[in-house]
Amino acid sequence: MILRRVLIANRGEIAVRILRTCRRLGIETVFAASDADCDSVPARLADAVIRLGPVSPAESYLNVDAVVSAAIAAGADAIHPGYGFLSENPQLAAACGAHGLVFIGPTAAQLEAVGDKVTARAHAAAAGLPVVPGGELPVEPALAGAAAARLAAEIGWPVLVKAAAGGGGRGLRPVTAPDELAGTVALAMAEAGAAFGDPRVYLERYLPAGRHVEVQLLGDGEHVIHLGDRDCSVQRRYQKLVEEAPAPCLDDRLRAAVRQAAVAFGEHLGYLGLGTVEFLVEPDRGAFYFLEMNARIQVEHPVTEAVTGLDLVAEQIWVAEGNPLRIAQSDVALTGHAIECRINAEDWADGFRPSPGTVTTAAFPVGSGIRVDTHVQPGAAVPPWYDSLLAKLIVWGRDRPEAVSRLRTALARCEIGGVPTTLGLHAQLTATAAFEAGGVDTTFLDRFLLSEVGGG
Amino acid sequence: MELTNDDVQDILQVLDGLPYDELHLETARFRLSLRRQPDGAWTQATEVLGAPTVRPSAAGSPGGSRPSGSGVSPGGTVSPRDAAAAGLVTAGAAAASLADDYRPEPTAATEADDGLAEIRAPLLGTFYRAPRPGVPPFVSVGSTVRPDTVVCIIETMKLMNSVTAGVSGTVAQIVLANAQFADQGAVLMRIRPLQDGERP
Repeated sequence: MILRRVLIANRGEIAVRILRTCRRLGIETVFAASDADCDSVPARLADAVIRLGPVSPAESYLNVDAVVSAAIAAGADAIHPGYGFLSENPQLAAACGAHGLVFIGPTAAQLEAVGDKVTARAHAAAAGLPVVPGGELPVEPALAGAAAARLAAEIGWPVLVKAAAGGGGRGLRPVTAPDELAGTVALAMAEAGAAFGDPRVYLERYLPAGRHVEVQLLGDGEHVIHLGDRDCSVQRRYQKLVEEAPAPCLDDRLRAAVRQAAVAFGEHLGYLGLGTVEFLVEPDRGAFYFLEMNARIQVEHPVTEAVTGLDLVAEQIWVAEGNPLRIAQSDVALTGHAIECRINAEDWADGFRPSPGTVTTAAFPVGSGIRVDTHVQPGAAVPPWYDSLLAKLIVWGRDRPEAVSRLRTALARCEIGGVPTTLGLHAQLTATAAFEAGGVDTTFLDRFLLSEVGGG
Repeated sequence: MELTNDDVQDILQVLDGLPYDELHLETARFRLSLRRQPDGAWTQATEVLGAPTVRPSAAGSPGGSRPSGSGVSPGGTVSPRDAAAAGLVTAGAAAASLADDYRPEPTAATEADDGLAEIRAPLLGTFYRAPRPGVPPFVSVGSTVRPDTVVCIIETMKLMNSVTAGVSGTVAQIVLANAQFADQGAVLMRIRPLQDGERP
């Protein structure tokens, strides 16, 4: 079916991003706004705005009933969930199906398969992907401690206790001392039970110093292709700050193996839509491990768009309409190098303190090879109820050195007033020799913060 | 219709050949300022104008019937588990349901506020009395606290910030209800400090 009217069940820059593609495709947009976002840039750009609910995410952007009601009331024939919020919620996908709405994303069954980390791990192993050595622990607290000790001895120290229902860096606890293991497992189970309503935890070998490499997939429910890889190793507390495509300084054979593994995983699931398979890569050992799959569009998708020339939201809508893929793997040509910086409303010099407020000035670089995705403009509110992403600066160069050089001058031309931002951090970290050389691991940013700002 | 990035690039191509360093363009829909920097590169400031008309949300459940088996609670909010599955545990859903349990407690002391130490919000955000939904609050009126006792959480932009008592004493009053919004510097609780000679 051809989509005529899409409800955007998200906010901020990704709402603006989805709006732009819909407009280009001639699809009407309805922005579902919480009370905090009724005068936001996406509200001003959308063809129509419908109130979703109060400011609290639980009563608006996380409320399945409110989202489905808004879509029906607006006469929309599809819902685009963006990222975060309900984007990976099988209940929204199922509710869409029950009400004759198209969910622009994977099937509810696929969301369930990858949303649970233990199930996702099992699917990865079944598809032949290498997983980090580890295993599930019994849910009986009395048995979990001893089982954890046996498992840890088998897989090797240090270990990571992970919540089955966690993800995106939540519900993780590294353990280095064997005598702390039983206590940490008990604590992790109690926490996971309270936070996720699911006390299951599993144990993995802790690999602290790898690189975070991920592969962009696109599937039509039958065929799956990859759109290249990205490196997102510049992270703080598992939150990505800088992403690039393709992953720099990666051996050709390792890169090919990672991409092939991601496609195998997607084919195993018969995947529909856009998705990203994340890996931990140890380039020195030539090893890589499956981490998790994100079954949605990602924040860092523009770097893939920059090197492939594709509009990922348009391809996502195309397959959501029930069409077979219109690009073959051999059509996907990667050109040049792209880097994205996430500009957040955080005072990075003060422990990354979140900083809501009002934007007073906003000016961004413009020119060839530069793209800025944002929802901020002078007067825009930065509410305290949602995440702190203000803008994404994306640069493209014919090669990585050109991209880095362009990034540095483009960052210097970004100006956001009214709230503290991470712009200064990006300027400093992209000026380091390690970043310029490329291929830093996930410990880079913490080490940078320790050396540059004495603990940040 | 707002300008696309391609439109701006086209305008820049024209401007590059002209002796102007600034362009300001305003229509009913948008305001665009382009400025040439000393190094020849350009910056843009865009404002989308106009006040959107917001349609009220549809009351009740979709199509008059709730999606069967969707796990949506009768109140129409997702359960904490659903929120967790969505990748966002901002305690909001569960906290809202717990709000009834955590009404501001009556002030234990009827004396004037003189002598009570105030605990203020270090930054604006949502006030939570418990570490997670479904567990007991950190402190209640009458609880004994020390300077490093965590008394509540202020959630700002998905980040949980622990607030400590700062003084030794007993909790005399809890000013805000659970899940209520607190401005920066708002008084959250009042503590009766230990008197000289008292032992914690």
